[in-house]
This record gives sequence, structure tokens and C-alpha cells, in this order.
Amino acid sequence: MLNCKQVTRLLSEAQERDLQFKEKIPLKLHLMMCAGCNNFRKQIDFLRRTCHEYAEGQPNSWPDPS
Amino acid sequence: MSIANNLSASVDDLSQLLRDEKFLTKLRQDMLRFVELQLRDRMIAEDLVQEALAAAMNGRERFAGRAAVKTWIFAILKNKIAGHLRQRQRIVDIARLAKEMDDEADFDILFDRRGFWMPEDRPDRWGDPETAFAQQQFWAIFEICLTQLPENTARVFMMREFVGLDTSEICQELSITTSNCHVILHRARMGLRLCLEKRWFTPED
Repeated sequence: MLNCKQVTRLLSEAQERDLQFKEKIPLKLHLMMCAGCNNFRKQIDFLRRTCHEYAEGQPNSWPDPS
Repeated sequence: MSIANNLSASVDDLSQLLRDEKFLTKLRQDMLRFVELQLRDRMIAEDLVQEALAAAMNGRERFAGRAAVKTWIFAILKNKIAGHLRQRQRIVDIARLAKEMDDEADFDILFDRRGFWMPEDRPDRWGDPETAFAQQQFWAIFEICLTQLPENTARVFMMREFVGLDTSEICQELSITTSNCHVILHRARMGLRLCLEKRWFTPED
């Protein structure tokens, strides 16, 4: 049984590599039961989208109202 | 919306924009901030921005209006940054990076002894976070959060997430193990999400 700390590590690694089958099953089981880790997963997904948006020059916030 | 954002902007529109002083000034500022955040060197940043703008000007026939002008120019800029990183990989101080991994306030305090979230540290729902993208204030906070990460950790993270280098390429260039690389990126994510949660997403009391 994975704990939340291990799950956050795995979720982060999932952004770098394909998880193995034997990693995916306990991860899924944990996520089914843990709202905190589910939110964490959504948050780091958002973080990645944020980085992409930022690295594209934040086109959606253009023009600057300055 | 401005031509800058217009997906059907033509090559002529682009030429016109690149001669528009106001547009250029703002664009240069944003480009400079973007590079400086990653390389923390004003002079190199100025050079890369200048190169990218020149490349955009010379290559404007290749601009197909498929992306917003700013996105297109940032793509050119990212290529310049990637080229710079590949030439001079010593942009990350390995000794300091190792120290950052040992030293920095550990995220272990977020978890109890068994490794489960402490009740007050359990991640919250962020609702529909992408509405933040349209707000300048959000991007200002995002930049602050990035600068609050340990310096070398932040650099590795930005090489990965902004410039889009592969983890394997980053590890290789820095001569660190893949597993260490993953730990560094994980710590950067932990730090950033905590910062954003605190500064942006925490509902007002």
C-alpha cells in the first residue's frame, strides 16, 4: 500500500517517464481513495500547463494594460 | 483583440508589428524577463533576445499565422536558449544543487510519520485554475514563486518545463543520475504548488 508521500513522487515521475504496470495499479488504488493526492495530481498537471503557457509568452494575457 | 493575438495575422501584419515601437518595447521586456529568470544574466539575456528578434525579422516569411505572434517569437527565443544551454551546460552549479537537495526545508513536514498528508497540508481543490491565465497578477505571482525556489533547482526545472529539454538530456549534461534529476524536478513542483496555493489559490478568510 503506497502512502501519500510515495504517491506524490510517482505522480511527479509520471510527468517524466511512463510508469510501469506494477507502479500504476497501486497508484490508481490510492487515488481512488485519497482526495488530497487527487488534488495534487490536478495541481501538478495545472503546473505543467502553466509553464507551457508562460513559455509561450502568456499570449492570453496580452496586451498588458500598462 | 490586438493583431498580436490574432490567429489570422498575416506576414504583413507581422512586419508591421515588428516595426511598432510600443509593441516591440513590451515584447522585449517580456522576452528579457523570461530569459533572465532562467539564466540570471542580463547581458546574455539581452544578446539572446536580440538574436531572437533578428531571427524573427529575417524569418518572417515563415510565420504562417498559425500561432499568436508572441507565441511564435517565444518559440524562436526558446530555441536560442536551448542552443545556449547546450553550448554552456555549466549553468547549473552541481555542488550547490547537491546542497540544495540536502539543505532545503524538507517537504517531509507535510506528511505524518506514516507518509500521509497532515490534515492542514492536504492539497485543496483549485477549482477552475486556468481562468488565472488571463490575469497579469497571476503571472507576476508565478514569477515570484519561481524566484523563490532554490536557484539551481529552479534552473533545472525551467530547462525542463520552459525550454522543453528532455530529462535524459538534462541529466546527461549535468552529469547527474536520472533518479536525482527526478527528485529535483519533484522538489521544484512541490515548492511551486505550495507557493501558488498560498499566494493565489487560498480563498480569502
